[in-house]
This record gives sequence, C-alpha cells and structure tokens, in this order.
Amino acid sequence: MNRRKLRDFLGTKLMLVVTVAVSLLFFSIFFLLLFKSLLIFEQHSLTEILFSSSWNPGFNQFGLYPIIVGTILVTGIALIIAVPISILSAVYIAEYAPKKVRKVIRPFIDVLAGVPSVVYGLCALLFLVPFVKDVVAPWFGIETTGYCILTASITLAIMVFPIIISLCVESFHAIPLSLREASLSVGATKWETVKKVIFRASAPSVISAVFLGFGRAFGETIAVNMVVGGITRTPSTLFSPGQTLASLIVSAYSDMMSSPLYESALMMVALILFIVVLLFNIFGIFVLRRANKRWNV
Amino acid sequence: MSTESRIQIETKNLNVSFHDHVVLQNIDIKIPAKKLTAIIGPSGCGKTTLLKSFNRLLEIQDDVKIAGQILVDGKNILRPHLDVPDIRKKMGLLSQKPYPLPMSIRDNVAYGLRIHSNKNKDEIEKTVEHCLQEVGLWNEVKGRLHDPASQLSVGQQQRLCLARAIAVEPEVVLCDEPTSALDPLAAQQIEKLLLKLKKDYTVVLVTHTLRQAKRVADYVIFLYFGMVIEQGPADIFFNNPKNPETKAYLSGEIS
Repeated sequence: MNRRKLRDFLGTKLMLVVTVAVSLLFFSIFFLLLFKSLLIFEQHSLTEILFSSSWNPGFNQFGLYPIIVGTILVTGIALIIAVPISILSAVYIAEYAPKKVRKVIRPFIDVLAGVPSVVYGLCALLFLVPFVKDVVAPWFGIETTGYCILTASITLAIMVFPIIISLCVESFHAIPLSLREASLSVGATKWETVKKVIFRASAPSVISAVFLGFGRAFGETIAVNMVVGGITRTPSTLFSPGQTLASLIVSAYSDMMSSPLYESALMMVALILFIVVLLFNIFGIFVLRRANKRWNV
Repeated sequence: MSTESRIQIETKNLNVSFHDHVVLQNIDIKIPAKKLTAIIGPSGCGKTTLLKSFNRLLEIQDDVKIAGQILVDGKNILRPHLDVPDIRKKMGLLSQKPYPLPMSIRDNVAYGLRIHSNKNKDEIEKTVEHCLQEVGLWNEVKGRLHDPASQLSVGQQQRLCLARAIAVEPEVVLCDEPTSALDPLAAQQIEKLLLKLKKDYTVVLVTHTLRQAKRVADYVIFLYFGMVIEQGPADIFFNNPKNPETKAYLSGEIS
C-alpha cells in the first residue's frame, strides 16, 4: 500500500473510532445513571417515587411529585409564553422587516442565544424577582417573595426566545421566493401568504425549533435555581415557590455524599431527565416525519 | 398589431434596477388583449423582470427600484396607495418551475377562491372541477383531490398551477418560461393550453426558445441587455425584422 492510500485508510478508521466512541457515551451515561439509581429502586417503588409528595432525604422520603409538578409548570408556562411570541417575532423579521432592520436585529438575537444562562439568572434575580413580587402578584392580590414558578417560567421564556426566533427566521428564509410569488399572484395578502403557505411549508422546521426550545427550558438548571424558590412542596399557585428536577440536583449535590441512598436518589433524578429528553427527541422525529409527509413541498 | 385589438398592458419609460444594477431601461411596450405575446431574448436580458413588473411582484425582493409607468387597462398600477393584491389577482402567474402550495390538490385550486369570493362549498367544488377540466387534469386527479399536490408529476403540477391561476378569473396570464422544467410531452400540453387560453385571456409568455415563440406567438417583444430592440406582430417580426440585432438573434448569431 502506498502512503496516500495508507493515509486514506488510517484517516477513515480514525474517524470511525472517534464516532463510535462518542456514540458509546450515550450508552455509558445511560447505564451509569441506571446502575447508580438501582439502590433507590430497591427500597422505594417507582409509584411511590413518582407520586408521593414528600421529598425529605434525611427522613428517607424520596417523593418527586412536587418537583415533577414544578418542572412541568415551569417548562410548560415558559413555552406557552415563548412559542407564540417567538414565532410572531420571527415572522416579522423574516417577512416584514426592511432589509436594514433585519441585518441589525439578527446578530443581536444570535448573541442572545449564546449568552451564558447564569447571566440570565442574575438579571432575573435583580429585575424579575422584584417585578413579580411588587407588580405582577399584587394585580392578582397574592403575596409572594418573587421567587416562584412564574418568575422561573418568564426567565426561561426569555432564554428560549432567541433560539426559537433564530431557527424560525432561518426556516422562513429557506422557503423559495417562488412559493411566495405563487400565493401572492392569486391576490393573497402578505398575511394570508404567511398564514396559509409559509407556516405550512416551514412547519417541520418550526416544530424542531420548538422542540429545541423545550430541551433548553427543560434542562436549564442554574438560572431556574436562582429564582424558582427551591422549595420541594407542590406549588399551589404560580406565585408559590417550587423546584424543578434539574435545579434539585444542583441544590442538593453538595449534600448527596452524606448517604448512598441520597446519592442514588439524585442519580435517579438525572436518569429521569435523560429519559425525558430521549423520549422527546424520539417524539420530535415522529412529529417531523408526519409533518413532512403531510406538507412536503 | 391589428387595429381592433385593445391594449391590455402598456409600459411607458419603465426602468428597473436591482442593487443599483440596471436591469430594464426605458421600456416602452404595448401588449394586446386576448392575444399571446411572447417576450424573447437571451438569458439575463430582463425578460422575467419585465414580466414580474406587470403584477408588482418585483417589490417583494430587496433593493428594487422601479420608475416609469405600467398601464393596465389604461390605469397606472405603479401609483402609490393601490390595492396591490387586487392588481395581482387580475394577473395569474405560471412560473418556470411549478410551485404547488403545501396543501391538497383541491385546496391549491380553491386557495384563491376562498380568499376572494364568498362562494359556498358546493360552488367552490364546482369551480375547482371546472378549472381542473380546463387544464386537462380533472380525469387524472378526480379520485385523489385530497392528496398533497406535491405527489403529482412535475408536468401535472404545472397544469395544477395554471388551474390555480385561472380559478380567480384573471384577465392576464403571465408565463415565465413555463415549459423549461418539463419533459417534451408535458411541455407540449402546456403549450396547447396557452393557445387555448388566449381566447379568454391575455397571455404573456417569456420564452428563451425561438421555436416556441414562432409556434405560439401573435405578437413578439425582443429584449436585449435590458432594452427593447424590436416589437411587433409575429409574422412581421419573424419574416421581416427591421433591426440588425433582431436579425442576428433570429439567425442564431447572438444568443
């Protein structure tokens, strides 16, 4: 074998090995988490863990229900706020804004998407917490410290905006001009074109953008931890303090070495995070396929 | 041009530039109603730009400057504060490649109808069938009107786009090299349809194949480097061109 062919051979094999190693990470992490969680499953049933509402590791109580509720509320409300606003903003940037405005806005949004989450957390701590405490909660006649589910949701929504906007703008831009012309030339207005043609043609990409936004919101740890309140009680209102799965791990990891059972419990929380993200990815692929099948252009 | 023919579209000193690059210069043309007018010329000479200026589709692109007048039925459509969708509705567009909308075959044809008319379901259904019959697609698709339009062949898609265009009852059909992406058989079907359409519509056809222009055109406009070199009735244009550049183009010396 001459040297060129040898290099080609080695290069190919090296890339293969690296790729296999990276893929193996997936399985190693999964099995590590599973293995470490076994201890807690030996002593507590899955139903008890998922549906019991007392989390009190010192007293051998590992009910995740309040934290699961907190996670669903925080992530769900964040997306309810973020998705419509982001999509409307993306439509404006991609379809309506003059070229100059577009050129100025886009880099800002891309930078926002890359700002470390702790910065968002700090800003939320300084502005959002007092705002929710002094302005929003009094509207509803509720007293709160400001460290609550709603504050965490708004913080996450703000963090998710730039991701969804950026991806949606890109997907709107990828739609051929001629498809717009096809709609406009039968006398449709711009908004009719956006609503009936652009949204449909870009549905698969918009759906992936929302899923990515979900991933970011669901897994976000530090910014949530700074404002959510960190109380493991089932929240009674959106102004109650709460806890999320990811935030729980970061709050508790310094204590977790105190008992093997506590450590195992946190590993199990990590396993839940892992599995949910995995399921959502699979679900995402499934939804994308359906959307593509239905509306492929 | 025969005297009895009404002028549907007329431009006066039309100038168009993209990013300060001049694409069309001092265009003065007249397009007769209910005839087939071919706009010919080598690629890059501004044919498509001219065509899309007629229904104000140019302005959806960035950095376009349009000056001059475009008179449709004697009214300047470049005046400010006009209802642009209404202008566009009068002019159907058939593009180079078919672009079916991301919806079912039936919804593609019904798309414009639902926007403009308050016809009830049955009437829409009837119009859809009528338009699909007009373009010779009905028998091929009547059993699968609810399938996505993207499942049709390219030739069928192009006919579907034509059906979509005529469903809103335009006065003009603008065609931008509508056969260039099609196989010869499908291209022939479209050509036949265009000849049929000119009884009821003013057809403007951009084409870069001279033979096609010779086969179908009543009236010809020859563009070269963004300027009108010659225009006139097809028989005079092809048999007795006046301009030396037209002669050169017709004989294949410039392309």
